[in-house]
Amino acid sequence: MELLRLIFIEPFQTMYALPDLLLQTLWEGFVSGTLYSLIALGFVLIFKASGVFNFAQGIMVVFAALALVGIHALGVPPFLAVILTLGIMGLLAITVVRIVLKPLVNQPDIILFMSTIGVTFILIAGGQLIFGGEPKAMITEELLLPTGSSDWEVGGGVVIFQHIDIAAAIIAAILIAGLALFFNKTRVGRALRAVADDHQAALSVGISLEQIWVVVWFAAGVVALTAGILWAAKSDVSFALQVIALKALPVLVLGGFTSIPGAIIGGLIIGFGEKLFDLYWGAPILGGGTESWFAFIIALLFLLYRPEGLFGEKLIERI
Amino acid sequence: MSPSERWEENNMLKKLVLGAAAITIAGSMMHVPAAQAEDTLYVPSLSYRTGPFAGGGIPFANGFADYLNMLNERDGGIGGVKIVVEECETGYNAQKGVECYESTKGNGALVYNPLSTGITLQLVPKAPVDKIPVLSMGYGLSAVAIGEKFPYGFNYPTSYWSQMSSILQYIDQNGGIKGKKIGFIYLDVGYGKEPIPLLEKLGPEMGFEWVGFPVGVKEMQNQSATWLNVRKERPDWMIMWGWGAMNPTAIKEAAKIRFPMDKFIGNWWSSANADLDSVGASAKGYIGANFSGIGTDFPAVQDVIKHVVDKGNSQVASKDDVGKVLYNRGLFNAVIVAEAIRAAQEATGKKAITGEDMRLGLEKFDLSEARLKEIGLEGFTAPIKGSCSDHEGAGSVFIQQWNGSAFEKITDPIPPMTEVVRPLLVEAAEKYVSEQADWKTQTCG
Amino acid sequence: MFYREAGQFKTTYEADSAKFPIFQDKLFIWIYLAIGFIAIPLLSNEFFLGAIMIPFLVFALASIGLNILTGFTGQISLGTGAFMGVGAYACYKMTTIFPEANIILLIFLSGFFSAGIGVFFGLPSLRIKGFYLVVTTLAAQFFLEWAFIRIPWLYNYNDSGAIEVPQREAFGLVVTGASASAEVRYLICLAIVVIMTWIASNIISGRIGRSWMMIRDMDIAAELMGVRPLYAKLSAFAVSSFYCGVAGAMMVFLWLGAAEVESFDYNHSFEILFMVILGGLGSLLGCFLGAAVIWILPVIIRAVLPPIVDTLTVFTITSAQADLVSDIIIGVMIVMFLILEPHGLARLWAIVKQKLRVWPFPY
Repeated sequence: MELLRLIFIEPFQTMYALPDLLLQTLWEGFVSGTLYSLIALGFVLIFKASGVFNFAQGIMVVFAALALVGIHALGVPPFLAVILTLGIMGLLAITVVRIVLKPLVNQPDIILFMSTIGVTFILIAGGQLIFGGEPKAMITEELLLPTGSSDWEVGGGVVIFQHIDIAAAIIAAILIAGLALFFNKTRVGRALRAVADDHQAALSVGISLEQIWVVVWFAAGVVALTAGILWAAKSDVSFALQVIALKALPVLVLGGFTSIPGAIIGGLIIGFGEKLFDLYWGAPILGGGTESWFAFIIALLFLLYRPEGLFGEKLIERI
Repeated sequence: MSPSERWEENNMLKKLVLGAAAITIAGSMMHVPAAQAEDTLYVPSLSYRTGPFAGGGIPFANGFADYLNMLNERDGGIGGVKIVVEECETGYNAQKGVECYESTKGNGALVYNPLSTGITLQLVPKAPVDKIPVLSMGYGLSAVAIGEKFPYGFNYPTSYWSQMSSILQYIDQNGGIKGKKIGFIYLDVGYGKEPIPLLEKLGPEMGFEWVGFPVGVKEMQNQSATWLNVRKERPDWMIMWGWGAMNPTAIKEAAKIRFPMDKFIGNWWSSANADLDSVGASAKGYIGANFSGIGTDFPAVQDVIKHVVDKGNSQVASKDDVGKVLYNRGLFNAVIVAEAIRAAQEATGKKAITGEDMRLGLEKFDLSEARLKEIGLEGFTAPIKGSCSDHEGAGSVFIQQWNGSAFEKITDPIPPMTEVVRPLLVEAAEKYVSEQADWKTQTCG
Repeated sequence: MFYREAGQFKTTYEADSAKFPIFQDKLFIWIYLAIGFIAIPLLSNEFFLGAIMIPFLVFALASIGLNILTGFTGQISLGTGAFMGVGAYACYKMTTIFPEANIILLIFLSGFFSAGIGVFFGLPSLRIKGFYLVVTTLAAQFFLEWAFIRIPWLYNYNDSGAIEVPQREAFGLVVTGASASAEVRYLICLAIVVIMTWIASNIISGRIGRSWMMIRDMDIAAELMGVRPLYAKLSAFAVSSFYCGVAGAMMVFLWLGAAEVESFDYNHSFEILFMVILGGLGSLLGCFLGAAVIWILPVIIRAVLPPIVDTLTVFTITSAQADLVSDIIIGVMIVMFLILEPHGLARLWAIVKQKLRVWPFPY
C-alpha cells in the first residue's frame, strides 16, 4: 500500500505543491535533452553515411574540448583556437577514414564497430599523453558564452534559467537545423543520402565514398566540439566526460539509428524522463542515483515493443 | 585480393609479430630488476596520473615524491640512507593496483600508500601476510584505526568518521545543529558511503536530520537531477564526499540553485584547488575540511622548491602548483612516511629497515609541535601521536574557505569526537575481523 | 617436418571427428598441460603467478564466456563485466551463508546465478539484433552496477560497500584469503579453466553449438531449418553468463581478494571484448591468445619501456606515460588486426601450423 502511494500519489502531490520545482525540472530535462540529442546526432550522421556505429563519438567530445582548451592555453585567441580545433577534428576525420575505415570497406558491421573502439583507446590515451590527465576549465567567457541567470517567479517559488543553458539550447537547435539543411539541400548532402541508401549504387554514379565519409566524420567532429564546449561549461573538461556520450545510445535506440528527427525527439524524451523519474520516483523509492540506468532501461522496454526505434526504417529481412 | 597476396600479407604480419616479440623478450632480458641494494629505503608510490581521477592523483603524487627527493638532496636521505621512490601507475583501477602491489613488494617495499579506497581494501588483508604496512592517509577503511585488530593498517592523521564528527561540530559551532537538516552528497562507491553509519549514529544524538544524495561515477558530470533533489529537500547544510570531476560539477550546480556556499562543506578530498579553479568566483565562500597546511610559507616546502622543483627534478607542471591543497597533502603523506622511517630506525637501531620495522615505526609515530617545528612545518597540521592501539592518531581537521581564488584557513583544528567515534570503530573492526578466519591481531600492553 | 600427418590413417568416424585428429596435436596438448600444471608453478615466482598467470586465466575464461555469445552465436554483448559481478556477489553470499561448503564448488555454483540473470537480460535478443542488442546489454551492465551498490544485502552491509573475501579452505589447503599461496590459487584456477574449456569445446561441437553457429550465420535461415531461436539464443546467453559468472567469482576469490563495484564496470566489458576480437571470434584457442596479449603485453610494456627509453634515448618516461603508451599500442593493435587479420590471433596460429605442416616447401 505504502509503495503504491509512493508510486501513484505522492509524486503528483509534490508536483502540485511545488510547481516551480516541476517547471525547473522540465527545463533541466529540456537542456539535458538537447545536449543528448546533439551527441546522438553525431552518431546518426556517421551511421547513416557509412553504417559504422561510431563508438569513438564520446571521446571525440572530450578530445575536441581538450584540444580547444589546450590550444587556447598556448596563448591563441579563443576564436582562432576554435578554428584550429576544427582543423584538428578535420585531420582526425581524414586519418580515421583513410587509415581505419577505408581498408575495412565491406567488412561486417561488428568489425567496423570494434575498430572504432580501437580508435577510442588510442584517443583516450593519446589525449592524456598530449594534454595531461588533469581536468581543465572550459574557456566559457572567452568564447562569449553568457553567464549569470534569470528568474521567473511562479507559484510561490522561482524558476532559475541559467543563461548558459539557454545559450546551449539555442546553439544546439541552430546546429541541428543547420546540419539538417546541409544534408537535405546541398549537393554533398544529397550524395550522402545516396550513400546511405546504397553504397554500390552511389559508387556507380560517381560519388566518392571516401569524400562523403570524411565529410560526415568532420560533421561529427563539429558536433562533438559543440557538445564538448556546452557540456564542459556545466562542469569542466575531464576524461570522465566521455561516459556522458554513452547516454546517446538509448537516445539512438529510441529514435532509430538513422533518423535525425528521431535523435532529437529521443534526446528530449530521455532528458525529460530521467530528470522527472529520478526526482519524483527514483530518489524517494529507490534511494536516488537512477540516472545511470534509467535511460537504458526505457530503451530496453521500448525495443521490446518496437525493435526498429521510433523513426527507424522497418526491417525487412530476406534470406 | 588473391590468395597468394593474402599469403604474403600474412607472412609479413607474422614477421612483424615475431619481430615485436623478439624485441620485447630482448628488452625484458635487459631489464633484470636491479636487486635493491642493502642501503636504500624503497617506497613505492601507487599513483594515478591517468584516468578519470587524475586531477586528484597528479598533485598528490608530485607532493609525495618531491618531499622524499628533497630529503635525499638535502640530508642524503633518512639517517644517511637514500630513499628510492618508485611510481607505479594504477589509474585508480583496483586490478592495476594489485598488479603494482605484486610487482613492487618483492623489492623490499616499506609501506604502501594507495590513494584509493578500493585498492586499500584489497591490500588490508594482504598486509599482515606480506608484513608490509598499509598507510591509507585519511581514506580507506576507517576501522584500521583500531590497532589491536589491524596491526598492519594505519590511517593517520584521522579517519573519515573522525573527520565527519569534526565537520558536524563545526556546523554545531556555527548556528547550532539541533533541528537542522543536513544534506549529504556523496560519490556512490565505497568511499562515499563510508561516513553514513556515523551520520545514522550521530543524527539522533545531536538532534539533526540527514538526507543522502548519491552521485554515480558515470553521472559525476551530470548532476542536475541530484541538485533538483537538493532543492526539493531544502537542507540547511550540505556536506560533500566527492572526488575527481564530481567536485567542480557539484559546486557549479550548487551555485546554480543558489545554495549558500558558506553552508556547503566538502571533505578533505572535495576541497582542492583543482576542484574550485574552474568554478572561480561563483564558489566564493565554499568551505572545506583539511588537515595539511596551505601555501608555501613553510621552511620544508621552501626546501622542496629549492632542492627539487627549481632543479627541474619535479613532475609539477609549474612552480605555482607547489603549495596547493593536494600537493601539500601528498607532501604530508611523505612526511608521515619519513617520520615513521626515522622512528623505526631509532627503535631498531638499523639503518636499512624492513616492512616489519616500518610497522613498528608507524606505531611509534609521534609528530609533536616541537618535531613539526624541527622539520620546518610549524603549524602545518595538528600534532599527531600514534600508539599500538591507536592507528588513527586522532588528528584534528581545520576548516578552510575559498575566497574566489584560493583557500584560507578559517578555524583552528577541530578535534574529533573520539568518545563517539572510537566505539563505532571498534565495532566495525570487530565485524571485519569476525568474518576472517585466522586473522592476526595483536594485544597492546 | 615435425608436424606431419602423413602415415596417420583414420579408420573410424570417431577417429576422424576427434578433437585432435593428429598425433602431434595430442602430444602438444599434453605438453602444454604439463607445462601449465607442473613447470610453471615450480619455476615461477609469486609475482608471475599472482599478477600475470591468475589474471590471464580469469580473463581467458571470461573471454570464452563472451566468445560463446559473440563469436559462436553472433550476439554482441557489453554486459560481461556485470555478469562477472553477479558471479562474484553470488559466491560471496553463498560462502557467508554456508561457510563450511567447499569454496571451489561454490565458485562453480555461482555460475548458475549469473546464468539466470544472463537469460533474463538475454530475452530481448529474441526480438532485437545487432547494435540495438548492444544497447540492451549495456542496460544490463548499468542496471546491475547500480544494484550492486544499492542492495547492501549483497555485500553483507559492510560499511565499505565492498566484498571482502574470507579465508576458506578446500582439500585441507587454504584456497582463498590473503594467506592462500599463489601456487594453490593458480593451480585451482588452471584446473577450473581446463575443465571448463574442455566442456565448452564439447558443447560447441555438439548439437547445441551447431545451432548457435547456425543462428550466427543467418538466424532466419536457421529458424526455417528447425533451429528454435528461443532455445538457441537463450542457451547461449545462459552458458555464456555461466562462464562469465565463474570467471567473476574466480577473479574476486582467487585473484583480487576484495572487490568494489568498480571491479565490474563497463570498462571490463570492453577489455574482454578486445580479448575476444584480438584472439579471434569463434575460437577457443583465440580466447587464451587474446587474454594473453591484452593482459600480459601491457604488463611487459609497463615494465620494460621506461628502462629502454632511459638507456637508449635522452628522454625519460614515467610510469604513467608507459601506461598510456601501452594503451595506445593496444588500440593500434586492435585496428591493425581488424584490418590485416579480422579472424584474430587464432587465425595467425592456424597459418603458422599450416606452414609447419608443409615445411620446408612453401606450398
